[in-house]
Amino acid sequence: MSTTSPVRRWKRPPFIANPTLRWGLWVGAAIYLALAFGTMEVDWGRVAEGVERGHRFIASFFPPDFTSRWDSIQDGILESMWMTITSTVIGIMLSIPVGLGAARNLAWRPVYLFCRGILAVSRTFPEIILAIFFVKLFGFGPFAGFLALSIGTIGFYGKLLAEDIEDMDPVQAEAVKSVGAGWLQWLNYAVQPQVMPRMIGLGIYRLDINFRESAVVGIVGGGGIGATLLTSFDRYEFDSAAAILLVIIAIVMSLEYTSGYIRKWVQ
Amino acid sequence: MLRIENLGKRYQTGDLALKGVDLEVPRGQVMALIGPSGAGKSTLIRCVNRLVEPTSGKVYIGDLELTRLGSRELRRARTRMGMIFQEYALVERLSVMENVLSGRLGYVGFWRSFFRKFSQSDIDEAFNLLERVGLDHMADKRADELSGGQRQRVGICRALIQNPDLLLVDEPTASLDPKTSRQIMRLICELCKERQLAAIINIHDVLLAQMFSRRIVGLQLGSIVYDGPPEKLSPDVLTQIYGEEDWEATIEATRDVEDEDADVLEAAAVLQSGRGNPPS
Repeated sequence: MSTTSPVRRWKRPPFIANPTLRWGLWVGAAIYLALAFGTMEVDWGRVAEGVERGHRFIASFFPPDFTSRWDSIQDGILESMWMTITSTVIGIMLSIPVGLGAARNLAWRPVYLFCRGILAVSRTFPEIILAIFFVKLFGFGPFAGFLALSIGTIGFYGKLLAEDIEDMDPVQAEAVKSVGAGWLQWLNYAVQPQVMPRMIGLGIYRLDINFRESAVVGIVGGGGIGATLLTSFDRYEFDSAAAILLVIIAIVMSLEYTSGYIRKWVQ
Repeated sequence: MLRIENLGKRYQTGDLALKGVDLEVPRGQVMALIGPSGAGKSTLIRCVNRLVEPTSGKVYIGDLELTRLGSRELRRARTRMGMIFQEYALVERLSVMENVLSGRLGYVGFWRSFFRKFSQSDIDEAFNLLERVGLDHMADKRADELSGGQRQRVGICRALIQNPDLLLVDEPTASLDPKTSRQIMRLICELCKERQLAAIINIHDVLLAQMFSRRIVGLQLGSIVYDGPPEKLSPDVLTQIYGEEDWEATIEATRDVEDEDADVLEAAAVLQSGRGNPPS
């Protein structure tokens, strides 16, 4: 106990070891930010005008008017729900084979590349672009919106399914293979139980997304509540528009709560 | 029962895991395969049921050459080989009963298995096995609700409901406490005796291997360096398998454990004699 060892200090090693590079990156980032703000032109007079116009605009939303256009609101909502449910169901059904093919640990290499290709293409285009495209092809109406949402669902759900399958526990899968199970039995007994809870949760989440997107694709002519919303804006009936927005918010929130509850329950 | 001829495996990374292994396991023999991590124990038993494809050599079960079967025939052959895993490898979100019945998948068609419509004889056998390992009251629990020892028992039931000729057992006790480890090893050995199964048990615990098996095979860097009874495992042999270490203590310990364990084994033998085959 007579010899006291010198105090040994410790600091977390920096992420970038080279100090010149480390400080250089900070300085570079600061200069870039300063220049970026410098090039942004802000006309404060126009901002002031806009704020005032915004006030008037928002004021005209109140009080929301549910009654005078209730029939068309109801039709729009029902059409949106129809689009949401059909596109979610069809999209998920189509995304299952694509997702299985896009899982590296399941599929043969060429199939994997092909399925990843499908997913990449369908994820490249946002729903609104797809909707514009399908409106051009099939004319105005919910069918175009339904197709756009279905394809969006394939990209979303297929990719997440494939990734979840790639993350599964390989030993459980190996065990079911070792008893002499066929490929479909193996999917049903080893893969499905491992991915199911998350996929149910994601399915409900996608239902929620599709409902919100159905309002967006309606604005470009894809039917649903979006079309009703656009009409009310065109007629300067902002109080009806506010009613529509409130209905959308209510539905999205109730879906949100249900999905949280169901996800907890399927774990 | 099982015959392995000149089995070799080279992984795609270039690692040579098995270098021409020859091995024969007769019906009813429980063989312990010991060796350090990376010696190729897991690879060896996975080459038997071709979860890992061997790169050279032949494997026979009875007269059937496993190494040249097509995928459909391999499926059928796999029903004859039960496998028990290190981390139990139960499908965690399926029930205990579904896990046990999954051992019958090689025998039933897809739609029957999809709707869980197994034949009454399969269900009876599943209940018998679960009762044998003391878990029949857990049939509808989810597998992830069980403790380690209980899970491994379910794993054993899944392997046995296949009605196999051969058990491939991969480190059955690696994630269990010492007492449960012994119980599980004892259970596996008893069941092999009852059903006259050949078994290869991979195990890195030399003591357990010596306690429960009459034949020990030592694997080192993909080659067999020892094949004989547990008593002949001398410090020299252990050094050859595992490398330099003070082995006297291990060997002494084994003797003590064997004395102490003799009572337990005797008790097990008494229990078992009612069932038929007396222990040798």
